Amino acid sequence: MATEFHNLQELRHSASLANKVFIQRDYTDGTVCKFQTKFPSELDSRIERTLFEDTVKTLNNYYAEAEKIGGQSYLEGCLACLTVYLIFLCIETRYEKVLKKISRYIQEQNEKVYAPRGLLITDPIERGMRVIEISVYEDRGSSGSSSGSSTTSSSGR
Amino acid sequence: MKNLDYQQIDPQALATPTPTPPPRPLPEHKPRRARRKWEVFPGKNRFCCDGRVIVARQCGVLPLTLGLIVLTSGLFFIFDCPFLVEHLTGCIPVIGGVLFVFVIISLLQTSFTDPGILPRATPEEAADIEKQIDNPTGSSSSYRPPPRTKEVVINQQVVKLKYCFTCKIFRPPRTSHCSLCDNCVERFDHHCPWVGNCVGKRNYRFFYTFIVSLSFLTAFIFGCVTTHLALRSQGGNGLVFALQASPASALELVVCFFSVWSILGLSGFHTYLVATNLTTNEDIKGSWSGKSGNEDVGNPYSYNSIIKNCCSVLCGPMPPSLIDRRGFVPSDDSVQTSPVEIDLPAAKNDTNMCTQGTKGLLESASRSPLLTSSCPQAKPQAVLETLPEIVPSPAPEPHKTTEGRQSTSTPHKHHSHHRTKAKQSTHHTHIPTPKTSNSSPRPHHSHSSRRKDSKNRDPKFNSLR
Repeated sequence: MATEFHNLQELRHSASLANKVFIQRDYTDGTVCKFQTKFPSELDSRIERTLFEDTVKTLNNYYAEAEKIGGQSYLEGCLACLTVYLIFLCIETRYEKVLKKISRYIQEQNEKVYAPRGLLITDPIERGMRVIEISVYEDRGSSGSSSGSSTTSSSGR
Repeated sequence: MKNLDYQQIDPQALATPTPTPPPRPLPEHKPRRARRKWEVFPGKNRFCCDGRVIVARQCGVLPLTLGLIVLTSGLFFIFDCPFLVEHLTGCIPVIGGVLFVFVIISLLQTSFTDPGILPRATPEEAADIEKQIDNPTGSSSSYRPPPRTKEVVINQQVVKLKYCFTCKIFRPPRTSHCSLCDNCVERFDHHCPWVGNCVGKRNYRFFYTFIVSLSFLTAFIFGCVTTHLALRSQGGNGLVFALQASPASALELVVCFFSVWSILGLSGFHTYLVATNLTTNEDIKGSWSGKSGNEDVGNPYSYNSIIKNCCSVLCGPMPPSLIDRRGFVPSDDSVQTSPVEIDLPAAKNDTNMCTQGTKGLLESASRSPLLTSSCPQAKPQAVLETLPEIVPSPAPEPHKTTEGRQSTSTPHKHHSHHRTKAKQSTHHTHIPTPKTSNSSPRPHHSHSSRRKDSKNRDPKFNSLR
């Protein structure tokens, strides 16, 4: 392992941003929000594959739950239609509730899993739900080690 | 054609702090007011109420639409309702009132809601996409722009995702770039000048409610006014007497007569689109109609059930706005509270780090505010998009279409619906006749519409699929 950090504070104090890895969307199921679970090679030495895949799969499940078309969404939709969609101004939709759950989950994952490994996940909503951005940090002391990785990214993708 | 100067973004430059002067904020600089993201939004939109309300820059004929509706309804309530209440029933103004409220509210919601705008790519994202494209070929010496398409398979259909040079992203399926608003819009239907906004994923249901309720309203007013005049003409007085007694009714009659056909037609057309889970854009381009004679081409997004399609389009979950208009621009150089370190924020509260740290860490360390994408290329890039224009047969219509047209060298048309409220009583024909398509080659060779622009890049660009 290149660097170990015990928590976000240590990350903050002694790390510098080395690289960013982007997990793109997976459109094979249509326009639903789903991210590719393919493990990027840049993270090979930073985190275990299973942990990463678990995170992405959980996120995909959350998004599927938010966009699920079922009883509750129909009810919400019909009620909204009857009130000329004015209820969207008053109540929090199911989608928004799930988004809050997602950001809590990401924060928890960052604290427990990713920050100790020198990584940070950005909530996809901050990137327009296009990508999951993972920032890779390096210890300032060993700054030269992976700064070159961005230009020499290997085949993986 | 404008010579587009596409520059490769150096990821290394991004990893280091952006060298905008002053590099390090001096404490004695007066802290700039924190700006909200809508203030630095790169698209052509206008914002009101501190970012709560969004409209396209060219609001089109929205005031006219509102004015006509309010005027006609007002005349109806003032001049026709008293007579009808007296002679028929008191329900008439109630029904009219309910319809009128529906129409106005749904119109305002359509106009002022974010249609599903996709924020532009951050510089790091754009660089990452370029890296992905460059690497497979292994050539790093001669630079060329990324290929314009990527293929994915959705429900056993091959769908091409196009690269948007303005937003620097591969557009998700069903997303299109609106040149009038200069934004990529998800599930792009069309840009409607009558409501002064794009119609996309987030406001399609409002638009549909608007046109359906407007059809009912115009039909209702038309029926009531006709009844009113018929009743007045009874007793041997004649129509002329009736019109003299109530001249406003004549105006309402004319407006409603010409509107009801077009709006009913439009409602019918959109009901068809909803039932088949298509967008106007796809229908016009014939994306799934199997024009190449391949019978296997079908709409991969359809659930193959009318009810399910309707429910998913109209009653589906309401997705959030992705552009976060009221969020604050992350401060990179401008001092908000305290001087910011190059790599990481000097957090004031260690204890708060865990809760707020992730976001703050990323925002200050990544240094990628939304405004970075407002590059000078934005305007020239917009001409790449040639959405076909609907040209209904009557001649005056094209004047309306040019209302929002950019004055660029390419004949760049936007895709618009025209409710022929004035004088023309044509059905809305959205059948793509050959002349309606400005991008004359049909969609299967979807890059043909960009040939004009690609000439500059042809020598370098050889991965067109």
